Amino acid sequence: MVCDGWTEKLDAYFDGELPACEARALQQHLRECATCAADGLAKVQQKLALKASGQRFVPDPAFRARIERSIAARRPSATFASGRRGWLPVFEIATVAAVLLIGAALFLTLHRGRGEQRLISELVDQHVATLASANPVDVISTDRHTVKPWFAGKIPFTFNLPELQGSPFVLVGGRISYLSQSPGAELIFRLRQHQISVFIFQDKELTDVRENETVRTALSFEVRNWRHNGLCYFVVGDASPQDLDKLSELLKAAG
Amino acid sequence: MGRWFTLVCVSEEHSLSGSFEELALPLFDRLYNFAHWLTQDREEAEDLVQETYAKALKGFRSFQPGTNFRAWIYQILRNTFLTSRTGLKSSATVPLELESDEQNLPAVNDTPESILLQRSDRQLVQEALDRLPVPYREVLLLCEFEEMSYQEISATLAVPMGTVMSRLSRARRALREAVQELQEG
Repeated sequence: MVCDGWTEKLDAYFDGELPACEARALQQHLRECATCAADGLAKVQQKLALKASGQRFVPDPAFRARIERSIAARRPSATFASGRRGWLPVFEIATVAAVLLIGAALFLTLHRGRGEQRLISELVDQHVATLASANPVDVISTDRHTVKPWFAGKIPFTFNLPELQGSPFVLVGGRISYLSQSPGAELIFRLRQHQISVFIFQDKELTDVRENETVRTALSFEVRNWRHNGLCYFVVGDASPQDLDKLSELLKAAG
Repeated sequence: MGRWFTLVCVSEEHSLSGSFEELALPLFDRLYNFAHWLTQDREEAEDLVQETYAKALKGFRSFQPGTNFRAWIYQILRNTFLTSRTGLKSSATVPLELESDEQNLPAVNDTPESILLQRSDRQLVQEALDRLPVPYREVLLLCEFEEMSYQEISATLAVPMGTVMSRLSRARRALREAVQELQEG
């Protein structure tokens, strides 16, 4: 007996490809038809025999190793370790990160250094302009109790001036000054034949200025600068370094 | 900046290579077995596998993640075989009946006990498989040994599912006949 309609479905049934409803119908037929059941048995036997016989050839381990090496050789880094697929070695990442950090630090240091240099140069220029001016000050007084109040309302901060009696320094007066678009005070002091400018600004406006005190020479003028109580002080003059240091100490002591 | 760009590109390349190895190397033994069945020669099988991996790695960027990698790489292997000297030679001797996609084969009741195969008849089955034309041999191996679905076989062989089913049916019959000849031989 030949069951045409069912025989052609046997392959798909035993391959697991028959839709569920057709599979149920075929199962019912196989229970009723010995011929198709025998045919089905033969097909299952053949599948099992093929499954068992299919694994026949085994690759040479040396060949496999050669293929693995050739795949690895196509990666960008030949030193890539097989146990860490898809990741650069940690020391390479650390090295690159260190180089970048050092580079960034150097860049920032240089950038900041250049910025501070620019500010100093600008202040020295202002000092020279004051020296050359016919009206170097806006408020003329040797009395600190006159000069200090004059700045009130004109600049956004206040400052203290030292008592100069008993010192070689004389307060000449003061004027409004600007640095990086920030208003500040320029105080003029005289020491014998020398004129010294003391610039005071709010330090929050001058980010290029270093935290620590500096002593330098710019354009043949001695320069001192420091930060104190939210203010940034610059002392510029052609007097001796010791004299500028002395004036700086007096100003610091005044607070 | 160039260093950062290089770092990103290296990372991406590493990631791709790593993904390829994770997908492709577990299939190595089976691919080799299949290649050997096709070529029937160890050296040619090694060349075929080597070229398959080279092409697959080169074309991996075009592989769609989430799709069937196994079918994809088996297709590469098979296509590489078909363009090889052995593959071209085997294609030239394809039986006429294989050209037909006819699904409704004449029903034949061929279930005498003499052709019932036992799993212990391993050598017999292997010799019978050797005798089959490559298209029958490959479709049987893909279905019975690799346990690919009809859809996977269709993708691997680049033929419609109906052709897969009819070819399987003919291949099974051909195998049974080859076994019978060997048994009677």
